[in-house]
Amino acid sequence: MDYTFHFIDVWRARDELLWGAALTVRLSVISMVLSLAIAVAGALARTSGPVWLRGLVAAYVEFVRNTPFLVQVFVIFFGLPAFGIRLEANTGALIAMVLNGSAYTIEIVRAGIEAVDRGQVEAATALGLHRLQAFRHIVLPQALRAVFAPLGSQFILLMLNSSIVSVISADELTAAAQDIQSRTFRSFEVYIVVIAMYFVLSLGFSGVFAGLNRLFFPKLEGR
Amino acid sequence: MRSLNFGDFVFLVTAARWTILLSLSAFLGGGLIGILIALLRVSSSGAARWFAIAYIQIFQGTPLLLQLFLVFFGTDMLGMPLSPWVAATLGLSLNAGAFLGEIWRGSIQSVPKAQSEAAMALGLHYLPRMRLVVLPQALRIATAPTVGFLVNLVKSTSLAAIIGFVELTRAAQLLNNATFRPFTIFFSVAILYFMLCWPLTIASRRLERRMAAAYQR
Repeated sequence: MDYTFHFIDVWRARDELLWGAALTVRLSVISMVLSLAIAVAGALARTSGPVWLRGLVAAYVEFVRNTPFLVQVFVIFFGLPAFGIRLEANTGALIAMVLNGSAYTIEIVRAGIEAVDRGQVEAATALGLHRLQAFRHIVLPQALRAVFAPLGSQFILLMLNSSIVSVISADELTAAAQDIQSRTFRSFEVYIVVIAMYFVLSLGFSGVFAGLNRLFFPKLEGR
Repeated sequence: MRSLNFGDFVFLVTAARWTILLSLSAFLGGGLIGILIALLRVSSSGAARWFAIAYIQIFQGTPLLLQLFLVFFGTDMLGMPLSPWVAATLGLSLNAGAFLGEIWRGSIQSVPKAQSEAAMALGLHYLPRMRLVVLPQALRIATAPTVGFLVNLVKSTSLAAIIGFVELTRAAQLLNNATFRPFTIFFSVAILYFMLCWPLTIASRRLERRMAAAYQR
């Protein structure tokens, strides 16, 4: 073991790494927001849609959850052009992230919806709310409150998985690391620093989620 | 450029055996590390618990792809180059150890405390207490989430393709380079993964339901 570490090349590339981290945060946050939006619609369809729609959503969720994200990225980025859908790397990456993220999120939100007491919906209808109103104002807030913690963990996993889109050269932190590595040949130094950066990002996200949880879902009185 | 033929699909199906083999060896390695981490995590020594928590946090809080890069390129830099197969097995095992350790810690801790207190009252020391009383009960609780984690592990092995190990995903890339039929090839590969993972998902769900029923009495 006569290897000497040279972190100076990594330090020189700090702006590139920080920019990469910013892009990872941006890609992740957009994917999280879109996944959650799709998941709410998907979970609603899965729990109270017509039978064919329930089956369709279930099939989508099962297929995505039982295949690797890397292969999904390949199908979307390399496979879709066969149908004339040519995507730019960053767009392909975002679509893959959202399709993957929403499949997992649908399952979580669905579990939340199913955990809401039936009496809540009955009370809401008795008060004259329509089904959609009852869902929007009564069921959904309670469902999201119940599953906020697993939702946060799932989103952190999504952020960590975003490193995989570097294989199609989408712009994010791992791709930045590979660029620097191929220029400086300091792979070990670059990757150890980037791993630390991801670790800080996941701590940051879990801090933000804890804050959001307190903000949106303050402790209920009398419980 | 040539066109796809039946032999190419046979090639993909046989490449799946490397995915299965890599999953099994990573499960074995990860299982050993996982047992150690779980035991450290519930031990009475503060330093041991701290180490286990740090291990779990680091491996669960960073991307698996970079962990694989670090093992593969890092060992090369330090003068002990590993083949992609060994590097992938090692990287996946280290990662699986953190997840399995956390699952099994939960299972050990959900065995009622009175069980180990009773074992202690009967004069059993740490090892026989764990081996004869706590672990057999924890094992039943752990089965469903462990099988569920196997699904993740099988999917994770696809990342070995990026460091050059020829398993299912890498085989698909190679085949695509020769034939350029990306949609057919990658979609077929997705279906092969699905056929590996879905039965495990179903099994895990069944086990979970059975456990839930058993604990409802």
